[in-house]
Amino acid sequence: MTDNLHLLLPEFLLASLALVVLGVDLFLPANRKHLLAWLSVAGLIGLLVLALVMLWDKDLSLYGGLVKTDAYSLLFKAFFYVLGGVVILASLDFVKKHLRSPGEFYAIVLFAVLGMSVMAASVELLTAYIALELMSFSFYIMVAYGRNNPKSNEAGIKYILIGAFSSAILLYGVSLLYGAVGVTRYDEIAAALTTAMANADAVSPTLWVGLALVLVGLGFKVAAVPFHMWAPDTYEGAPLPVTAFLSVGSKVAAFALLLRLFGEAFMPTIDQWQLLVAVLAAITMILGNVVAIAQRNMKRLLAYSSVGHVGFMLLGIAALSHIGAESLILYMIGYAVTSMAVFTALIAFFNVTGRDDISDLGGLADSHPFLAAAMAIGLFSLGGLPFFAGFTIKFYLFTAAATQGLLWLSGVAMLSSLISLYYYLMVVRQMYIEPAPAWAMEEAEDGESSAYDEPAAVGKPSALIVTVLAALTLGVIFVGIYPFPLLEAIKAATGALLG
Amino acid sequence: MADFKSIALLLTILLPAGAGTLLVFMPRSQTMAIKSLAALAGALTLALTIVIFAMYDYGEGGYQFVNAWRWLDDPMNIDFSVGIDGISAPMVLLTGIVMFAGALVSWNVGPRSKDFFVLFMFLVAGVFGVFVVRDLFFLFFFYELAVLPMFPLIGIWGSSTNFGNFLRTKEYGAMKLTLYLVAGSVLVWIGIIALYVAASDFLGDGATAQAGFSLELLETLGEDGAFSRNFQLLFFPFFMVGFGVLAGLWPFHTWSPDGHVAAPTAVSMVHAGVLMKLGAYGIIRVGMTLLPEGAEAWMPVLIGLGTVNVIYGAISALSQRDLKYVVGYSSVSHMGLVLMGIATLHPLGLGGAVLQMFSHGIMTALFFAVVGIIYEKTHTRDITVLGGLSKRMGLTVTFFAVAGLTSLGLPGLSGFVAEVLIFMGAFQEYWYLAVLGVVGAAITAVYILRLLARAFFGPMDEKWEHLSDGGRIEMGAAAMLVFILIFVGVWPLPLMDVINTGVAELLSRFPGV
Repeated sequence: MTDNLHLLLPEFLLASLALVVLGVDLFLPANRKHLLAWLSVAGLIGLLVLALVMLWDKDLSLYGGLVKTDAYSLLFKAFFYVLGGVVILASLDFVKKHLRSPGEFYAIVLFAVLGMSVMAASVELLTAYIALELMSFSFYIMVAYGRNNPKSNEAGIKYILIGAFSSAILLYGVSLLYGAVGVTRYDEIAAALTTAMANADAVSPTLWVGLALVLVGLGFKVAAVPFHMWAPDTYEGAPLPVTAFLSVGSKVAAFALLLRLFGEAFMPTIDQWQLLVAVLAAITMILGNVVAIAQRNMKRLLAYSSVGHVGFMLLGIAALSHIGAESLILYMIGYAVTSMAVFTALIAFFNVTGRDDISDLGGLADSHPFLAAAMAIGLFSLGGLPFFAGFTIKFYLFTAAATQGLLWLSGVAMLSSLISLYYYLMVVRQMYIEPAPAWAMEEAEDGESSAYDEPAAVGKPSALIVTVLAALTLGVIFVGIYPFPLLEAIKAATGALLG
Repeated sequence: MADFKSIALLLTILLPAGAGTLLVFMPRSQTMAIKSLAALAGALTLALTIVIFAMYDYGEGGYQFVNAWRWLDDPMNIDFSVGIDGISAPMVLLTGIVMFAGALVSWNVGPRSKDFFVLFMFLVAGVFGVFVVRDLFFLFFFYELAVLPMFPLIGIWGSSTNFGNFLRTKEYGAMKLTLYLVAGSVLVWIGIIALYVAASDFLGDGATAQAGFSLELLETLGEDGAFSRNFQLLFFPFFMVGFGVLAGLWPFHTWSPDGHVAAPTAVSMVHAGVLMKLGAYGIIRVGMTLLPEGAEAWMPVLIGLGTVNVIYGAISALSQRDLKYVVGYSSVSHMGLVLMGIATLHPLGLGGAVLQMFSHGIMTALFFAVVGIIYEKTHTRDITVLGGLSKRMGLTVTFFAVAGLTSLGLPGLSGFVAEVLIFMGAFQEYWYLAVLGVVGAAITAVYILRLLARAFFGPMDEKWEHLSDGGRIEMGAAAMLVFILIFVGVWPLPLMDVINTGVAELLSRFPGV
């Protein structure tokens, strides 16, 4: 059992990388801290190659069945490594300008990535819980990273309290489950549930309470309605790159965990929880998208919009099956790429202006045409318009749900998607149609650029962030028009999950 | 030649999309090069569509220029498959003509001309896509792609209308249009997914054939009984109303006048001229082809609503003061004729409906082009302010008159042929509705003639003393459209031959008729 521990090499090395970053930080002068970011990214790229070479086509379980290295783990491992790299590159300028102690920041990002990749790989409740906590603790620190900013502090406190609360609920649910079936490994839980379902009257209610509490605990983590109230404040207060990472990374990781848990452990009782998850999905997508309409701040808008997208992803859990799991993974990846593109554009905008209200985006199409175009593409994609990832992933997901007898829920999802298009278009309208806001006009008059009659903020985003943004935008289009290679990898992952 | 046939339809999408992509990388300041490239792309596309239409063999009928590329495997089984039949071939030609004319009249589109042409090219690529694909996924893909650029196109380059006591802003028009059309597409989307689910349920697990989104496959499954009568009755309205929104079906037509008035000239031309046809085309291609039983049961409702369209649109147009609103409401009225023709399920009526789609597309494009020229010169569209323009803008007014006379169905112009066919079809099935339709056409005559008299003839205001006809390029585009209206009016046979093969095949799916 322990002779294949070398399969965890990427994890060990990732933890070491984080420690190395922390150590090197001590010896670097303040003006060269950005090298740490490049070190982290180079490390992640190396680990990505290593993991792909070493773990390709492997299907083994380690530590007495606590962790699995299969196509599913590998897909998400690769995904989180890439995501971590993108987050670090997108946040480099921001960190340099707005945050202290960049060394620790990058190290914590790496720890979070470690937690995420183990979340997808673990096949036992407590291992999954520990991985989840590693990620959550990293986020608690990162959310409160803007130490001099009261909003960031408030966000941090809220997130820690709610996070601890939800972890407790999750743990309680796990303990009840253990009480009911006596095991914590996913495959053993599935076997126990299959036996129990054969004699359905004898199933202890403890089991259902435990299952529901696990769902509630994870519902808090992904900000599903009605457990979403922490999300807008936390998103708004956290430093922008952290908000991006939180809204993409933590959600995808939590859903990778949820999908594995429900697919490998709870599948035999799908008839019992399907409706519960479906209703949760329906209220999440409706409420998230309706409340988003009223937002004036871009971060809050994206917070509610991500709540809406969580509703769509829960639809994939409710429709759990081969096609359902495939479509859910595709959705997660497409959502992640799109969402990162929007956030990166917003970070670039914030870097030059220091503002993030929707009204501040006025005139962006004239002052920064590329930023405006990239953000518009991202928003169209989130709204589910074709040529972009959002259309393809939504079509796939809603079709998958319909084949599992959830056509009504697909209909609700399409309607909420229509609602979401309204507020995305309002942002596009602000960028392309409305004139620049008053502050930008004043700045333009004060600054040297008045000679060129630039209406909005002066200054240009760095070449680095523009490159990252361009790559993400291409990714959005790629997933939108040629998802075939991605789906091949996803099919392998789903095969590992559901057999 | 076989090689050309296999990629010709793909080219209709790739030419505009490629031109759009190329434009993205051109420097903003090179407006002349940008405009020339757009016009060149328009000319090439028009030439291509003419060749395709000429090569369509109506003697043979059926789908031609067929080709398919696999896009996604099991379980979705989505193919990028293309092919046109007698109904889509005229639509492809129409799109080519209107696109070229639209690119030409946008010669002076104003600021950010680069962005305008990029969006315009993708809009056209989406429209071509809907007409040529034979897979529901891609049909829906291109359908939404055609809606997407409308919002910025109207919002940025559009114009607001002041009604005195309230203002209809271009942002309002853009948002209304986008949300209406996407709301309609949600219904279509539900319908498409329901078809897929019904097909895969029908095939069951372990079947050799797999469910998919291909129209061909779904047609075959439908003939084998995959879609039960109740299923058809339930889901046909999703397509009828969903696509109907885009076709301006009453009472979901209100986006159309507001949106078309707010849009810049070329966008109004493409949207009223071609995009509204997508709606009618969708009802025919998806709803009627796949769900014939449902279609048959719902047709009385559709013809009723279509008649309301005709009358309501005409009466609304009668009371407008804004030149563009008159044209906007006349579109609603004429699309009603198309819907009536479709709903007759009669060879004459259906053939007339498809011809009307073509004819109305050209006519509306001409209307909007001329209104655009007039607005550019006078900076007003208020009928009561205009007057006597014919003395200074003789040719422009003549063009407008041709469009107007086509609209009221003057013999010798294309509208006459189409309307006669539609009414002949309707009289056989629902004579009382046909009478109402003729009344609607009569009201058209009233508002068109009144408009001509008020705005273009009569005494001229002194302030119009300095006016002259539009620029050579715009006038050339309009002249081309006038020529086509007269050509089809005098000699509709080449079009009707093609249309009739498509209509006959469609009606063969309706044994009860």
